[in-house]
Amino acid sequence: MILTDAEWQALSLSLEVAALSVLLGLPFAIATAWLLARRRFFGRSAFDALVHLPLVLPPVVVGYLLLVLLGSGGTIGGWLRQQFDVQLIFTTGGAALATAVMSFPLVVRAIRLSLESVDPGLEEAARTLGAGPWDRFATITLPLVLPGILAGAVVAFSASLGEFGAVITFVSNIPGETRTLPLALYTALQTPGGDAAAARLAAISITLGFLGLITAEVLSRAVRTRLGR
Amino acid sequence: MLDVNCSLQRGSFELDAVFTAPARGVTAVFGRSGSGKSTLMSALAGLVTPRRGSIRWDESVLYDAANHVNVSPERRALGCVFQDARLFPHLSVLGNLRYGFSRARGRPQRISFASVIELLTLESLVERRVLQLSGGEKQRVALGRALLSQPRGLLLDEPLASLDAARKDEVLPYLERLRHELGIPIVYVSHSFDEVVRLADHVVVLGDGKVVASASLPEVCIDPALRSIVGERVVGSVIEGQVVRRDAGDGLATVRSGALELRVARTGASDRIRLHIAADDVTLARERPRAISTRNVLEMQVVRVEPSADSLLVHLARGESNLLARITHSAARELDVQPGIECFALLKAVAAYGRRPDRGAE
Repeated sequence: MILTDAEWQALSLSLEVAALSVLLGLPFAIATAWLLARRRFFGRSAFDALVHLPLVLPPVVVGYLLLVLLGSGGTIGGWLRQQFDVQLIFTTGGAALATAVMSFPLVVRAIRLSLESVDPGLEEAARTLGAGPWDRFATITLPLVLPGILAGAVVAFSASLGEFGAVITFVSNIPGETRTLPLALYTALQTPGGDAAAARLAAISITLGFLGLITAEVLSRAVRTRLGR
Repeated sequence: MLDVNCSLQRGSFELDAVFTAPARGVTAVFGRSGSGKSTLMSALAGLVTPRRGSIRWDESVLYDAANHVNVSPERRALGCVFQDARLFPHLSVLGNLRYGFSRARGRPQRISFASVIELLTLESLVERRVLQLSGGEKQRVALGRALLSQPRGLLLDEPLASLDAARKDEVLPYLERLRHELGIPIVYVSHSFDEVVRLADHVVVLGDGKVVASASLPEVCIDPALRSIVGERVVGSVIEGQVVRRDAGDGLATVRSGALELRVARTGASDRIRLHIAADDVTLARERPRAISTRNVLEMQVVRVEPSADSLLVHLARGESNLLARITHSAARELDVQPGIECFALLKAVAAYGRRPDRGAE
C-alpha cells in the first residue's frame, strides 16, 4: 500500500503524539495510582472521581476545558506564555497533552490494579530485612508493578492514536503539527475525492489498533508467568 | 532481656502486653487464635505501633511512647519469618537470600552465607525459582534470608502453621538446630504447644487480652493455673538430656539427664535431646514390676502430691531430675502415696517428645 506524503505525515505524527503522551502521563499516573492504592486522605473519593472524569466526559468537552485553562487567554496558559514563552494550543505538545489527559484514567487503572495485587506483606518483609522506603519501591514494588505499568502504557498508546474530539478542539487540525490519523481521516472525508485516502488511513489505524492490543496481551501474559499466576 | 510493657490494639481487641523474657535462647509466645500473638510480634518487629508503653531489647529502646521513640523496622535488626514465608517472587532463591545480606547496614558479619546454606541444607534450592518450592522449602529459605540479615534476634510468627504434618516434621529439626547452634535469641509465636515444647526455653502465655504467664518451660508445664490454656496433655516434665547409646536392634536410644537414664524411641539424629514427658504417660508402682513391656522403670521419691477434682498429680524427684505422674484417687489410696515414699515411675520408651502416636513414625 503506497501512502502519500500527507498520510505518512499523519502516521508519524500520530506515533509521535502517542509516545509523547505516554511519556508525559506515566510518572503522574504512577504517582496517582500509588496515592489511590496506598493512602487514605481527605477528599480521596473526589480525587478518584476527578481522575476518572475524562472517561465519562465527551472528548470535545475535555478539549474545551483544556482550551479554557491552557489557551493563551486561560489562567495557566497565560502564565506559561509569560514565564516560559510556552504555547500549547496549535502544537504537537498540546496534542500530546490532550491525548494524555484522555488516556490518563486508563493508565491509572492498569497501574493501580497491578499495585493492589502486590502483597503488602512483601513490603513488610523487605522492611524487616533493612530496606528503606525508596529502596523498597525500587526493588520490590516497581519490579512487581512494572508489567502492569507496561501494559497500561501500551493501552494508553493505542488509545492516544485514536483520540479525536479532545485533540481537534484543543489544538485544532494543523497538518504536520496536530493532524493525527483520526483528524486526517476526518479531513479526507470532508475533501472531495478523498475516499481512497480515508480508506487507507482507516486501514492504518485498524492495524495499529490490533498491534497495540496484541502487544498488551503478550505483555500481560508475561506478567502472569513472571509472577506465577 | 526483652522488656515489653505496652498496649496493642487490633480492631476492637486490645492486648495488654507486659512481660520480661530473657533475650537468650527461645522464647515462645503461646496463645489461642485471636489472643493477640501475631499483633505482639508485629509490634516487636515495628510493623505496628502500640498505643502506649515501651519495648526494650537488651540495651536498645525499640519503642518508647513517652520519649517519642519508635525505631523503624528497617533499623531494628530483627529478622522476621512469617507464616506465609513472603519470599519475593521476582527474585531467585539466591536473590532472596542476598536481599537481607546486602542490607545489613554495617553490622558485623557473624553469620556467613556458607554457614546458613549448610545449616538449612539450601544447596539444592539455591538455583530454583521461588514459585517452584514447596511450603517447607519456602520456610527454610525464609529462615535463611532472615538469618543472613545479621539480626540481633529472630521473630518467627507461626512459621509452621500453614504446613501439613509431614512438612512440619521436615522443618522442625531445622528450628531445633537453630536453637542449638546459633547464639541468636528467638521469639517464637505459636498456637501449637507441641512446637513450644520442642523448642522453647521460656514461654509467654497470652489469654484474655493479657499476659497470663511468663516463665520457663518446665514451670509452665507444671503450673495449675495455666492448664485451661495449655491443655491437660501438656502437664508434665521437660527433660534435657544427652544420647549416650543407641541400640540399633530395637531402635531405642539411651538418654541421660541428671540422675535419670531413659530408654527412648524416635530420637532423631541429634545427640542432644529434649523430652516432654506428660504426666498422663507416667505410671506409679510401689514394687518393681516384673515381665512388663515398659522399658523405663525409674526409682523416684515422692516430693509432693497435688490433688484435683478427678485425679492426683504426684511430683517425683531423683537428685536434680523431676517427673510428674497423674494417678486416680483410688490408686493413690490403694498405693498409699505420700510425700517422702520411694516408688517406681514407669514410662514407655515410645512416649518421647510428647508426640502422640497418631502423628506417624519418624
